Amino acid sequence: MAFINYSAREINCKLVYYGPGLCGKTTNLKYIYEKTAADAKGKMISLATETERTLFFDFLPLALGEIRGFKTRFHLYTVPGQVFYDASRKLILKGVDGVVFVADSQEERFEANVESLENLKANLREQGYDYDKIPVVIQYNKRDLPNAVSVESLREALNPTGKNPDFEAAAQSGKGVFETLKALARLVLQELKKGSR
Amino acid sequence: MSLTPQLVLFEEDHRKLLAVSERLVADANAKAVFLVDRNGQLVTEAGELKGIDTTSLASLVAGNVAATQGLAKVIGEPDFPTHFHQGERDNVHITLVAQRIILVVVFDERSSLGLVRLRVKKAGQRLSEVFDEIFKRAEAEMDGEGPASPFSEISDEDIDNLFSD
Repeated sequence: MAFINYSAREINCKLVYYGPGLCGKTTNLKYIYEKTAADAKGKMISLATETERTLFFDFLPLALGEIRGFKTRFHLYTVPGQVFYDASRKLILKGVDGVVFVADSQEERFEANVESLENLKANLREQGYDYDKIPVVIQYNKRDLPNAVSVESLREALNPTGKNPDFEAAAQSGKGVFETLKALARLVLQELKKGSR
Repeated sequence: MSLTPQLVLFEEDHRKLLAVSERLVADANAKAVFLVDRNGQLVTEAGELKGIDTTSLASLVAGNVAATQGLAKVIGEPDFPTHFHQGERDNVHITLVAQRIILVVVFDERSSLGLVRLRVKKAGQRLSEVFDEIFKRAEAEMDGEGPASPFSEISDEDIDNLFSD
């Protein structure tokens, strides 16, 4: 849940990048880190294994600007995508304000995407959240690879109602990365507005 | 959503929390005292470590507490409400207050674990009282009894302006 600090005049929100192993969650954060002005970002933390697989989480704090005199800060987290790190994924979802679901467009990862989305829904439920009610943006990543399946079939499996904003991306080159982040930030702020009276 | 209410901190709350934190720095001979929300947001900082990367500190402390709690559950404990990290020079003492807030005390050889434990116990009670008030008010707000939030006034245009670059 967002943290509103009147004393420091800040709103802090927590955004989580979720998705199957090697889908590009960390790559999204690295790109955002590289392309953000020094005064708008904090240090990026990666708790990773020796082979650079995410072990616990990546963390990147961003300051977007001011709304009505309040600094808006977004804390970006990734979860470890590998199936056996489920306990860690649950911990990172605590207090989440919005989720980017990063799907891997490669044909052989189709099932892994579906499983990871089901896992996200179950883990959210366990924390008392309803997937259908919280801000979620879907990113179809790795569109630049030759074995990418069509966006239509990904959408049918991952966003069948079309309720969630979705974007095509190639996070290595940065395509779609900021579009995805902005869409989620927007949804989260709109939710904050709705939640207040 | 049936969740813990949103944490909303007013000037007055901050003053009270800071007063307790500063008192704890003095009483425990500590280098610094931080209050961190379980979700990884820094609430207050006091002591001589001002200027360090507190955003990273808050996120890592919250991750640490979450992982330790997960570990506790695996071995059949409800939680490990206190942890202690010993370094060459500096040590970190971590406790949970009001179920939701992490009290972090950083200290060196000028203090001792025993003293920190003793002072944390007293400060923890006072902090719990303040946070209970804050959470009670937040719950009342969720039920529609509290003062109106300024964010009801956010317009779509305000949100657009954030992304105008």
